Amino acid sequence: MQQEVVLAMLAKEPSHGYELRARLQQALGPAGDAMNAGQIYVTLSRLEKAGLVSCEQSAGLPDRPDRKVYALTASGQRRVADWITDTTWPGPGLAEFHLKLIAAAAARLADPLTIIDAQRRELLRSLRDTQRAAMAEPDRSDAALLLEGIVLRLQADLRWLEACERHWTGRKDQP
Amino acid sequence: MNKTNESDGAAPLLRARGLSKHYGKDASLVRAVDGVDLDVDAGETLAVTGPSGCGKSTLLHLLGGLDRASAGEIWLAGQRVDEMGERALARLRREAVGFVFQAFHLMDELTAVENVELPALLAGQSPRAARRRAAGLLERVGLADRAGFLPSALSGGQRQRVAVARALVADPLVVLADEPTGNLDSESTLDVLRLFDRLHEAGQTLVIVTHDARIAATADRLISMRDGAFVDQTRLTGGTGGTGGTRGSLGALAGLEG
Repeated sequence: MQQEVVLAMLAKEPSHGYELRARLQQALGPAGDAMNAGQIYVTLSRLEKAGLVSCEQSAGLPDRPDRKVYALTASGQRRVADWITDTTWPGPGLAEFHLKLIAAAAARLADPLTIIDAQRRELLRSLRDTQRAAMAEPDRSDAALLLEGIVLRLQADLRWLEACERHWTGRKDQP
Repeated sequence: MNKTNESDGAAPLLRARGLSKHYGKDASLVRAVDGVDLDVDAGETLAVTGPSGCGKSTLLHLLGGLDRASAGEIWLAGQRVDEMGERALARLRREAVGFVFQAFHLMDELTAVENVELPALLAGQSPRAARRRAAGLLERVGLADRAGFLPSALSGGQRQRVAVARALVADPLVVLADEPTGNLDSESTLDVLRLFDRLHEAGQTLVIVTHDARIAATADRLISMRDGAFVDQTRLTGGTGGTGGTRGSLGALAGLEG
């Protein structure tokens, strides 16, 4: 789990680890199912070492194994403020696939159209799985919004594959 | 209300051989559908995709008897469709095939339930039986509480669900849908996908022509069409991975680190 995400979740109020985890799961829905239970604690302890969060043992709730309450420090708050205004955006990583097609055609390793077809099948399967998850979510839930984003991104990738197919159809790039 | 003829065994519900539709002639000859072979099993959901003008809508019209083929053969549940006369063809369209169109094609001056029951009334059912059937279908598509609404009072997704209910009124062997989500926003698209999914689970045979990858991805099988011919077939159900890998990959698709 990205450190800034955990920090920003703490900005609302000091929280137990399990509370953060529950909020994350609510926000992510099925996309967060594979999230490891221990991950958030690993991140919290790193943040504590870095002086971005402080930690207090809380009384009460004897049935809870973790009674630590985490809170943002002043430098933690500054980090969150920076992150909120940061506009870095993860790229979709198109160059690798593009170069795979170029290299495959140039060295005659494989027909680019075969590579495109296999990739399309894979993306369609991902789209199907995401749709299935979206169909099971209530409309307008936070998790449904995330799944819609995945669907739109996959649709864009599939459209690019169509462009790849048009580009490579009938082309013979021989060395 | 037999869905399939038991004696057919493993024969496909819908079959086409050498199916062609040509317009014009000589230099201006357009091969809208050009020698297509197709088998659709009972209970299967098949999606046909391709760029506009690739012939996919024409193919659907041929399969449903809305248009006559220039050449080739079509069987539906063992019956030759391409050799039928006009009356038999009209009966086929009314009783064996359900159509869903991009623009819904509902009657604006009729309520939802009246739209759904209309084909049943035209087929000679009693008003009471037709109304009961229509009300049941509206319930099935989740619109029981909108039965008395005019189409203009419904959202796009709701209108398309009414159109699907209408397509089901004669308990057709196959539902043919032409760009059913073409006019819908993403939430309504999801509603229609949910509905198709439930029909699929209930054993309804579906052939959907679409350029919407979201629909294509939920089909059992996907055919890509270009210039009137099939260029690729993909089976999407089964295949790689199981439900085990799916959940993890959703996280990866969302950009969560492992």
